[in-house]
Amino acid sequence: MSSSVAGTVSPTRQAMRRLRRDRSARVGLVVVALLILIAAAAPLLVRLAGQDATTYHIDLLDPARGNAPRGAVGGASGTHWFGVEPLTGRDLFSIVVLGLRTSLFIAVVVTLITTVVGTLAGISAAYFGGWYDAVLSRLLDFLFGFPQLVFMIALGIVVPAGFPRWLLLILVLSFFGWAGLARLIRNQARSLVAREFVEAARSVGSSGWMVITRELLPNLLGPVLVIATLAIPGYIGAEAALSFLGVGVPPPTPSLGRSISDSIAWVYTGADPWFLLFPGAMLFFAVLGFTLLGDGVRDAFDVRLRRTN
Amino acid sequence: MPDLVWFLTRRLFAALLVMLALSLAVYLIFYAIPADPAHLACGKPCTPDRLEQARHFMQLDQSTLQQYLNFLKGIVAGRTFGDGAAAVHCNAPCFGYSFPLARPVTTLITDRLPITASIALGAAVLWLLIGVSLGVIAALNRGRILDRLAVGVALIGVSTPSFLLGLLAILVFGFWLNMVPVNGYIPLTESPVDWAWHLVTPWIVLAILQAASYIRLTRSQMLEELNLDYITTARAKGASEARVVLTHGLRGVLVPVITLFGLDLGSLLGGAILTEKVFSMQGLGDLLISAVGQLDVAVVVGVTLFSAFLIILANLVVDIVHGVLDPRVSHG
Repeated sequence: MSSSVAGTVSPTRQAMRRLRRDRSARVGLVVVALLILIAAAAPLLVRLAGQDATTYHIDLLDPARGNAPRGAVGGASGTHWFGVEPLTGRDLFSIVVLGLRTSLFIAVVVTLITTVVGTLAGISAAYFGGWYDAVLSRLLDFLFGFPQLVFMIALGIVVPAGFPRWLLLILVLSFFGWAGLARLIRNQARSLVAREFVEAARSVGSSGWMVITRELLPNLLGPVLVIATLAIPGYIGAEAALSFLGVGVPPPTPSLGRSISDSIAWVYTGADPWFLLFPGAMLFFAVLGFTLLGDGVRDAFDVRLRRTN
Repeated sequence: MPDLVWFLTRRLFAALLVMLALSLAVYLIFYAIPADPAHLACGKPCTPDRLEQARHFMQLDQSTLQQYLNFLKGIVAGRTFGDGAAAVHCNAPCFGYSFPLARPVTTLITDRLPITASIALGAAVLWLLIGVSLGVIAALNRGRILDRLAVGVALIGVSTPSFLLGLLAILVFGFWLNMVPVNGYIPLTESPVDWAWHLVTPWIVLAILQAASYIRLTRSQMLEELNLDYITTARAKGASEARVVLTHGLRGVLVPVITLFGLDLGSLLGGAILTEKVFSMQGLGDLLISAVGQLDVAVVVGVTLFSAFLIILANLVVDIVHGVLDPRVSHG
């Protein structure tokens, strides 16, 4: 970076400029934009294909091969772009794009919740310090070492059958998710609290809330953005993992994790590997796209990392 | 040395406190379950006094706090349900009794634990080896092909969910190439060779994914370490390059790697649970998931607390190793 620019351009601008020059971040951005477009337009795409995710097409299955789809590539054709699901003959394209929609929806909502909660908890811990900070830090330590997946599975037993599972999924992932962000933000904010401009704001009588929102928060937007972007692929993976284990989104709502889980038997026998490959590839691109973008955002904003690399 | 003893006592005490607090929290949460375990156990037709009998037998007629104290006592001293000929004993450490399965939860856990533990421990050893050695290689070849390759492997590892990679491995190596067994667990005591042969694929899959963050950490830490003055001094004194890297450089890498390992213990268990499902092995995860389906609260509480205790204990060990390796930790 030329230092002559640094004097006149804001740090955020500089970061954006670095981001635009980073090739893998650009690839990530394109993939993410495509994924969001597909997820948002999923019902439309499904209608465009003339299909839906629930109709059974038994006639497309081959009873001689254990009801695997007839034809190559899992029965892909002009009407069923990704072929059909074995055993039921439901349209796999619809299941995959609607499944992506489920995944992204849950991941984005959880990221929003954990970002707000984690940022507020982290900043306030750094600002107020004392016993509040001590208690919060212990709580974070505790949440960190916790076997989260075990607990998420176990929670399924306490929730009444009528409670919507997708909401439970969001609540559980958020409950464990905010801790990581809170700790990172707390450590970042602690170094800011000692700086002169915070002292100055306090000395002219700003309330704690004012200092947090007007002084600390704007200076922490970079790290918050970085951590939030890097958190999204984690939640996509976590939702898929829970659905894979059968404790996530229940049928008939399409879910990539559940489709992958359903494909196990067809992979063991090799009868229909495409049933794994289509949902699997979608999940892989979703996680990869957000990871590439997140890495790019981190490199663009994080000065320390840039120096050591 | 007294410093170290004081450090160990403090850590042990803290771990015990966390376990107590956690067990109370878990107990309170899971006994708020909407289904009544006694109702499920009492059979049909379930008359009011048979239900009452079942509640009494299962000790569900006592207050929640009393039930919790019974549970704690069971872990230390074991417990007995009912009396006379119908009595059911649950020896210490008793993590509860599953009435639907008619087995103590501790037995259920010890039956399944070897499977999950075999996956987790083998994968952990492998991922530390892969992660640290690839990280060192990447750092020493900074900017060259090997470095880019290691960083690329790390990126793919970070982006692939373990169950997806596991299924792809089964498809490619198990089905298409027919090289490895795709499912099933053979106990170590039965045949160590078959045990390892059935676990090779799960180990490699889990290790590759987790190794990714260790490659990244080791690489950047090693690069930082190699720029420090004492490394220059060691080189100036004529130490061989291998000695500089392996004894001096690696020591600085070890402490952050151990810290990260401590944080990853929880996800190691989670990864093992996902992996056992992919390879159709009936471990702790399978026990827990079917217990949730059967509304078997005793098993759910038992497995949850047992895994939490395991993680807390493992963290304690990591802490102690950390304290011994890095005196600043035990003195601070």
